[in-house]
Amino acid sequence: MKQTKQLLVYLTLMLSGLKSVEASDYTLNLMKGVTKTSNDIYDLHMLILWICVIIGIAVFGTMFYSIYYHRKSRGHKAEQFHENTTVEIIWTIIPTIILIAMAIPATKLMIEMDDVSESEMSIKVTGWQWKWEYEYMDNGIHFFSSLDAKSNEARQLGSDIDPKTVPHYLLNVDKPLVIPVNTKIRFLFTAADVLHSWWVPDLGWKTDTIPGFINESWTLVQKAGTYRGQCAELCGKDHGFMPIVVIAMEKPEYDLWVKGQQALAKVEAAKSEKEWSQAELMAQGKEVYTNNCASCHMEDGSGMAGTFPAITNSAIVIGDIESEINMVMNGQGMMPAFGAMLSAADFAAVITYTRNSFGNAVGDLVQPSKIKSLQAALVSTDNDDEDDD
Amino acid sequence: MSAVAAEHEHTDDHHDHGPAKGWMRWIVTTNHKDIGTLYLVFALTMFFVGGTMALIIRAELFEPGMQFVEPQFFNSMTTMHALVMVFGAVMPAFVGFANWMIPMMIGAPDMALPRMNNMSFWMLVAGVLLLASTLFMEGGAPASGWTLYPPLVLQTGNALPFAVFSVHLLGISSIMGAINIIATILNMRAPKMSLMQMPLFVWTWLITGFLLIAIMPVFAGAVTMLLTDKFFDTSFFDAAGGGDPVLYQHIFWFFGHPEVYVMILPTFGVASTIIPVFARKPLFGYSSMVYATGAIAFLSFIVWAHHMFTVGMPITGELYFMYATMLIAIPTGVKIFNWTATMWKGAMTFETPMLFSIAFVVLFTLGGFTGLMMAIAPVDFQYHDTYFIVAHFHYTLVPASVFILMAGGYFWLPKWTGKMYDERLARLHFWLSAISVNILFFPQHFLGLAGMPRRIPDYAVQFSDWNMVSSIGAFIFGFSQLMFVYIVIKTVRGKDCEKATDEVWEDAAKHGLEWTLPSPVPYHTFATPPEKIPTENY
Repeated sequence: MKQTKQLLVYLTLMLSGLKSVEASDYTLNLMKGVTKTSNDIYDLHMLILWICVIIGIAVFGTMFYSIYYHRKSRGHKAEQFHENTTVEIIWTIIPTIILIAMAIPATKLMIEMDDVSESEMSIKVTGWQWKWEYEYMDNGIHFFSSLDAKSNEARQLGSDIDPKTVPHYLLNVDKPLVIPVNTKIRFLFTAADVLHSWWVPDLGWKTDTIPGFINESWTLVQKAGTYRGQCAELCGKDHGFMPIVVIAMEKPEYDLWVKGQQALAKVEAAKSEKEWSQAELMAQGKEVYTNNCASCHMEDGSGMAGTFPAITNSAIVIGDIESEINMVMNGQGMMPAFGAMLSAADFAAVITYTRNSFGNAVGDLVQPSKIKSLQAALVSTDNDDEDDD
Repeated sequence: MSAVAAEHEHTDDHHDHGPAKGWMRWIVTTNHKDIGTLYLVFALTMFFVGGTMALIIRAELFEPGMQFVEPQFFNSMTTMHALVMVFGAVMPAFVGFANWMIPMMIGAPDMALPRMNNMSFWMLVAGVLLLASTLFMEGGAPASGWTLYPPLVLQTGNALPFAVFSVHLLGISSIMGAINIIATILNMRAPKMSLMQMPLFVWTWLITGFLLIAIMPVFAGAVTMLLTDKFFDTSFFDAAGGGDPVLYQHIFWFFGHPEVYVMILPTFGVASTIIPVFARKPLFGYSSMVYATGAIAFLSFIVWAHHMFTVGMPITGELYFMYATMLIAIPTGVKIFNWTATMWKGAMTFETPMLFSIAFVVLFTLGGFTGLMMAIAPVDFQYHDTYFIVAHFHYTLVPASVFILMAGGYFWLPKWTGKMYDERLARLHFWLSAISVNILFFPQHFLGLAGMPRRIPDYAVQFSDWNMVSSIGAFIFGFSQLMFVYIVIKTVRGKDCEKATDEVWEDAAKHGLEWTLPSPVPYHTFATPPEKIPTENY
């Protein structure tokens, strides 16, 4: 009710022109963005929009004039003309000229956007169901980025959490992509499972990520800041829940960030080397499960009948540990291959966790060091003869 | 209207007999009017089935957060809504008009292939039922969008083969319908009627018929490849086996773009039939209308990849598809100018069919403008797969095709039933529809530009307000359509309804052969071809 009231007030204000659109949260138009390309796109968008508005005024003006004056109730008598070659030629040629006028700037911009040459760094983006993988080709930084925990909790059916209380609801991630400003960056796009599309409106474009193929695009962000976007190609059930956050930093800050990430990577690597206790694995595994598995297999491991098998009493989970590792490592059907997605420690933790939770009590565990060697090989063993429930 | 057939189930004599008695009439009928009615009733039913799915979508999107359905089911709803509306509602409705009106407009006694006509209708029913049955299957109905893009569509559960076979049935049904329409138009016209004297509705269907024959096998082929990829280890669309997921998109849109015109060309035809009657003027630029229809149909085959500007085509491909797409604006513009010129200096009255037709011209033009904006490839990198495109194609489908279906319904209903519909209620239906359809779809332009992707079950809070407006519009629009059902039923039952004259609309007989027939139109018409063609001056 309150919202409806707000809305009515807003609409009234907007119609009376008292409230400037810029001053509010509401956006009615394309955003200008933070790159030269996105600004050029905005200008072209406005150009075409105004041409359409002018044509619209001319056509609808004529039509409404006619509707008002040429009506029978005003006693207008119908004339019987039904052809006029001159007029017909004119209204074929004029649109042609207008179209050519539109095509020229569009072609220029298109060619500019296509030119990825002279880029200073490259980032490879891989779309996964339902997260993004970022690989900095120049310095080896590599991580996954998925919906932040708060949004994820609030977006569950019947969560009773008001999305308005969640900061950047559905547009926030656990680990944002960080890039330097005033640097021409080439992006390489591919996907691991199905089609996705990487879109940050402030950068001015989206590019599809296609399994088995690599697409390219580039950007040169001129202004430091945080820019948010989303997956734009339907990619399954959580398509609406794989946002993108890009933080553009001044170069010195960015360099610091890179150093920090490289140090962090060393810590992560060390985790895979050490021997873990069952309790440590279980604690870590719970967190990994919530972030990676719960969206399909559910928080309580009950799955979703017909689509996502339950973890509880699953033949694979309570069976031979090798077969569960293999399933999680390589995926099958809708189950993604987590082998490349999880660190060895997280992988070992979640395997251990699932085997000893949700009513399962196998009692065994697997060490990260073992997973690490398996990941290194990542040889897919044939699991045709195994049942997937 | 002489002898009624005897009690025999079937007679071989050629006396003019009425419809078979009892409900079997509707199963076995080969009469073009009966089959037209079947198509129209079926389409109207599916319009409400698809509409219910749309309301589920809009209810979930009323507020941010997930309130009613799981995301997977939401995706099934967007997918099924589109498939049901395209293949179950809009296309069959125009086939229904074609069945009813084409023989009457060209002075033919029936369709050329009446038995096949019956078969194509029942195959349509089978196809749509098969599709609907997937809603109850393990794994749910297809949820990959109506485009059925791989690899996502290959994750569909048990529903996939059923959806594929459903497409096959719908395709066969459409092809049979198209062959029938083409054969009727080319072979059964009154001998005195030349091609360039045919009403524009007949022309647009002739061209649409060829489009259907060309594209349905392509779609059937594409989904068959999905089937073999899923069950027979082929790799047409799997890069790991040497295939290409984008290949599917090329094949799909080679079907999909002309498919869009299958829904809009007959729309143009009905509008071109209605506007002159109420402007009391001949259609302006008849021959350029015919050529523009042909040009649009031709262009529809060479612009498909404008649906795929973001898949990473080479720059030359992008530019070609951009230029080719922009060209469509020219013949489409010609049509809009011609309709305006038809109204110009007429003596217009504004009965419901005319109101819907004028709303069509205006709102379709809006959809055309956004189409032109999206043809500009570099800008489409922003618009693509957002609510902007959702607004665009709904403007070209709902206040265009659906409005014209309503216009045609009101326009011909008095001819079919012999009774005038309730004009006051019908106008109320029009105004409710015309206002609510804009409340429903116009804000979606803002949402798309502001950055809301399509096909998402939940959204960031800055999109809340316009989504709420859009949902309110959706519910008003959806429930307003029940008025149409009420008005139609009231007219068919005929109590308290004024009797329609033979001409129905003032001087309509100047515009088409159908208005020279009695109202209600007899079960069999034009047993002998008409001598005088009203449109001979065109």
